[in-house]
Amino acid sequence: MQDEPTPTELIKAVADFLRNEIAPEIKGHNAFKLRVGINALDLVTRQLALEQGSDAAEAERLKQLLGADGSLVELNRALSEKIANGEVDLQTPGLAEHLWQTTMDKLAVDQPNYASYKRELGNK
Amino acid sequence: MIEDQLGRCVASWYPGATGVTGAAKLSGGASQETWTFDIVHPNGDVGAILRRAPPGYGASPGRAAGLDAEATLMQLAHDTGLPSPRVMHVLKPEDELGRGFIMQRIEGETIARKILRDEQFTKARPLLAWQLGRVIAGIHGLPAAKLPKLREMSATTEIADLEREYRSFNWPRPVFELALRWLREHDPGPSREVTLVHGDFRHGNLIIGPDGVRAVLDWELAHFGDPMEDLGWICVNSWRFGEIDKPVGGFGTREELFAGYEEAGRSVDADRVMFWEVMGTLRWGIMCCGMMQRFRQGPDHSMERAMIGRRSSETEIDLLRLLAPRGG
Repeated sequence: MQDEPTPTELIKAVADFLRNEIAPEIKGHNAFKLRVGINALDLVTRQLALEQGSDAAEAERLKQLLGADGSLVELNRALSEKIANGEVDLQTPGLAEHLWQTTMDKLAVDQPNYASYKRELGNK
Repeated sequence: MIEDQLGRCVASWYPGATGVTGAAKLSGGASQETWTFDIVHPNGDVGAILRRAPPGYGASPGRAAGLDAEATLMQLAHDTGLPSPRVMHVLKPEDELGRGFIMQRIEGETIARKILRDEQFTKARPLLAWQLGRVIAGIHGLPAAKLPKLREMSATTEIADLEREYRSFNWPRPVFELALRWLREHDPGPSREVTLVHGDFRHGNLIIGPDGVRAVLDWELAHFGDPMEDLGWICVNSWRFGEIDKPVGGFGTREELFAGYEEAGRSVDADRVMFWEVMGTLRWGIMCCGMMQRFRQGPDHSMERAMIGRRSSETEIDLLRLLAPRGG
């Protein structure tokens, strides 16, 4: 068992240092790059917090939809093939809900400030 | 030093020019660069832009029209009265600067967030969608006889292109799969009219001033095809920068865009525009995945590329909003 602090705590401490202490000192193109870097660290902390739960739920839905088991990539590949060859479509019970939930879970990690995501959170 | 080479080059065709100053690289990867600089002249310095493939880089890859074609198109647009910089010089081998061209620098803003929020654009914003409609109409109406050789793309070939690129990533994405299927099922077939298509008409490639659009840049993806493609591309949600209820670049409505286009004597097929909006949304998503791929395979191992890869999910939610909307 690894020691503390956790990866999440360490990344958050680094991101906060860069955001609060370093960013105000940096100008020009490097300021832009620094913001991208801080965004990346924030994304990673969100993924560490949310990934396990959303992956488990996604796998569960995929097993239901496909009646098959496998890794997440294998299940997604199988679903993709069924969509491509027309075996399932938006009329298939559960497909639209599955795609929406999976996509919302991705946005919660990737870009929770994206306007379409915020709109859909409100519409749920 | 590029300033010395540029100075020698400029002196060969600009009467009275004594050199150049302030050369700075604006953007670009290894094979295509954009530089800004000032031509030093006794009557006052002149702002200029160099767009080039540095020496050693051959023809541009894949979908690109090529720098010679870009220069021809921009000059033609300028001569026709469209907002476009004047092309000052097409590079020759003896310039030793690679391939490309030098154009007049036009002052204004290209950054979408500033155009959508800054006060100096308050008067321009309500006019832009209509103005852009007129400009796109002008591009589609450029005299065919004077156009350079360009590839021709139809909806069908574009779908096949996208699918090939998506499959090359070998990373299953059910939402993209759904969009590809929708596109195949809704392929409108050959366009009644094939025209020049700008191919990348959106924020970042438009210079905007307080008075409105001043220049259309970056003709790299120009081709012959369905004119409705340009109208659909500017409506893609990725260019609305948070203003999701204003489909045209976050500043206007489709109706305003279409009105500008039709007042310039052309006609709109709204269903085709919607088809190209879906195609454009998927195209941007696949382009984001391509950035991730290039980040992973190098040589450009930058954070920006890596993070753009994670923006493909934005296009997935936008595709679902278009193809499987939930009750509001």
